[in-house]
Amino acid sequence: MPFEFPMKRPTWPVKVPAPLPVRSTGVEYNTSWSRSPIARKLRSAFIDTLLRPGMYAIAKPVVRGGSELELVEPPVIFVANHSSHLDTPLILSILSGKFGDKTAVAAAADYFFDRTWKAHLFSLTLGAIPVERKRPDRTSAKLAISLIEDGWNLVIFPEGGRSPDGWLQEIRGGAAYIAQHTKRPIIPIHISGTYQILSKGHSKISPNSTKVTFGHPIMHSDDKDVHQVNNDIYQSLARLADESATDWWDATKRSARGESPSLSGPDSAAWLRAWKLPNSKPRR
Amino acid sequence: MSPRPGYVLEADRTTPPVLFWNGEGYLLEKLPPERSRIIYPPDPLKPLEDPVAQIRYALSHPIGDSQPLESLLHPSMRLTIAFDDVSLPLPPMQQPDARQLVIEEVLELAANAGIEDVALIAALSLHRRMTEPELRHALGDRIYDAFAPYGLLMQHDAEDPDGLVFLGTTDLGEEVEINKRAATSDLLVYVNINLVPMDGGHKSVATGLASYRSVRHHHNVSTMINSKSFMDMHHSELHSANWRMGRHIKQQGVKVFQIETTLNTNTFPSQFSFLQRREWEWGPKDRASFIASSKALSIMGDRARRTLFHSIKAPLQLTSVQAGEVEAVHKVTIDNVLKQQLVNVEGQTDILTMGLPYISPYNVNSIMNPILVACLGLGYLFNMYIGKPLVREGGVVIMRHPTPLAFNTAHHPSYIDFFEEVLADTTDPAEIAKYEESYATDPWYRELYRTGHAYHGVHPFYMWYWTAHALDHLSSVIVVGGNAKAVKRMGFRPASTLADALEMAEDSVGSSPTITHIRVPPLMMAEVS
Repeated sequence: MPFEFPMKRPTWPVKVPAPLPVRSTGVEYNTSWSRSPIARKLRSAFIDTLLRPGMYAIAKPVVRGGSELELVEPPVIFVANHSSHLDTPLILSILSGKFGDKTAVAAAADYFFDRTWKAHLFSLTLGAIPVERKRPDRTSAKLAISLIEDGWNLVIFPEGGRSPDGWLQEIRGGAAYIAQHTKRPIIPIHISGTYQILSKGHSKISPNSTKVTFGHPIMHSDDKDVHQVNNDIYQSLARLADESATDWWDATKRSARGESPSLSGPDSAAWLRAWKLPNSKPRR
Repeated sequence: MSPRPGYVLEADRTTPPVLFWNGEGYLLEKLPPERSRIIYPPDPLKPLEDPVAQIRYALSHPIGDSQPLESLLHPSMRLTIAFDDVSLPLPPMQQPDARQLVIEEVLELAANAGIEDVALIAALSLHRRMTEPELRHALGDRIYDAFAPYGLLMQHDAEDPDGLVFLGTTDLGEEVEINKRAATSDLLVYVNINLVPMDGGHKSVATGLASYRSVRHHHNVSTMINSKSFMDMHHSELHSANWRMGRHIKQQGVKVFQIETTLNTNTFPSQFSFLQRREWEWGPKDRASFIASSKALSIMGDRARRTLFHSIKAPLQLTSVQAGEVEAVHKVTIDNVLKQQLVNVEGQTDILTMGLPYISPYNVNSIMNPILVACLGLGYLFNMYIGKPLVREGGVVIMRHPTPLAFNTAHHPSYIDFFEEVLADTTDPAEIAKYEESYATDPWYRELYRTGHAYHGVHPFYMWYWTAHALDHLSSVIVVGGNAKAVKRMGFRPASTLADALEMAEDSVGSSPTITHIRVPPLMMAEVS
């Protein structure tokens, strides 16, 4: 009887209460192994040999404001707008030096950690940590805070997921909360162009040029609450988006006047939002 | 979180086949659904975090009417430390053995007190003498090398006329004769390992250090028939007799400081861990281990299989240590044993099935001969109950074991003659008693017991008496997969397969009988309501 127990998995007797499944995926996934020295070395090698050359070939990033990074000491919290799966590899390709191999990325637990193999893959190659985005959860915040306290930099996409149309979605308070709790600076990053390469719902990559613009660090202040810090993040991203579309000086002036263009796009029909999206394909 | 308690599984069609031990091997058997149940022992208890600290605490905080050990020691005294022999624990535990840990602490105190006259005695009773490797394993090299070369590590000799002392009789006329060195010491420290509830208490000294003259008063058919069971101290005549003798020994001025230990049921090392895991919880590693080990065992010779299994050292761990006055200590010990082993079971069964493993208390590093097979199944496992037996009166026990017609001639010489002579005449425990005297006093058996590594000539009789309660209670005993000649000689019925055995059992218990399988080892005690 070659295909019966013990060759095959035993049946679970119906009268025995089944134990609660032990979750080893999602927010319960333990990523600590991916921060071991060996995993960090492997990740660095992967980024140097495959990811960076690949991203430079596909996305041809133009980096602006990178010198802002020299003003701060790790650990820091990078916050960026998010419209493509390429945003994370693009940021990791650009970060180097003191932020090099000690940067973790907050990734959706329900997407990147829903299967064991995916959890292994993304935690190793991107240094991803699982973040619950569908319901309030302290596990993710605790892990993020503990990592920062342990000297790790963290990349967070405060929208909580990729934009469906390239415009910025509502910014959630997680990044601001973590920054206030850890008293570490926030580095805003604006990314444009990745939506055109690989947007949500598409699997085909269309190479395109991208711009990655780093903003001034948002330093910790005890006088601000999470809501105010969140507003600072939005204002920084709006100014960086403007700078990305125009130039630094004009963007700076508009920002000073409080006239930076809205990041969330016009409140109009879908086609019009797509039409007005900076760097949108129809306009090219 | 406390470990999982024992579990009674009512088998249905979703129940996977259950593990049956089969001597030096094991196999999976499917039990008839809807009328079978399987009793699983509790998971191992959490061990003591710091056993040595706990031992020190126990010695300095004795239970009952006793002073701390340290205050009982003085330089000019005669101190004897007796300890349980090779029959405990099962399988032998990974080093350091509990006895080593305890005795080292006792000797530290003795050394601090400046005592010169210290001796150690293995409390063999009528068991075989331990070998040097066995003593070294139990006590550690440090103790062995400090005492053995000077003749201060002794093995109790129940036939040494100069080494025994008669202490009179109990109120019921039972003769009490024990080891002279122990009886004439200013303090006798007894170090016990309490594996089953029958062990320990007054039995440690009253049996472990006694002579045949003394032991025969409770190791007999009458006592065993009236012990229901001998594992339940409140309903055991064996227990009562030992308590009478123990109290008499105390009245005669023998001062005993009892140290008792209990172990959890971490019985098998990691490569065999599936053997104590419930089948439906077997993961790929467990299944692979089962398949690979079963295959390997099937192509190994008897000797190689035996060597393999007897090389297993159990990762047993201490769960408690208590010391002081014998009865007070033992009460706590029994609570701790039952905390580990007790399983509540509702109602009796028509047929009790059991797979017998390769080891019993009397064949450590030896062969499990047919008489020991009977003793393990009908003596030990049948009696592991409180309340009433798992199987109803007139029920059937089905045991699985190859029951080889093989004996270790060095360890069990009188067993061979017992099998060929006594069992050929009768298998009735009450009737075999007529042969007892001649075996007990046979000079050749006595010589082998005293100078070799043989069990006492009377020992096979005791093994058979041990089955008396079961034989009195049951209508039939069936052995699956056993040597037919050996099985029939013992008055049991041989069967080739479990299915055949279940069909044969219906002759005695009727059709569609209820079946209960005890999934041991690890050991368990069933409290049957």
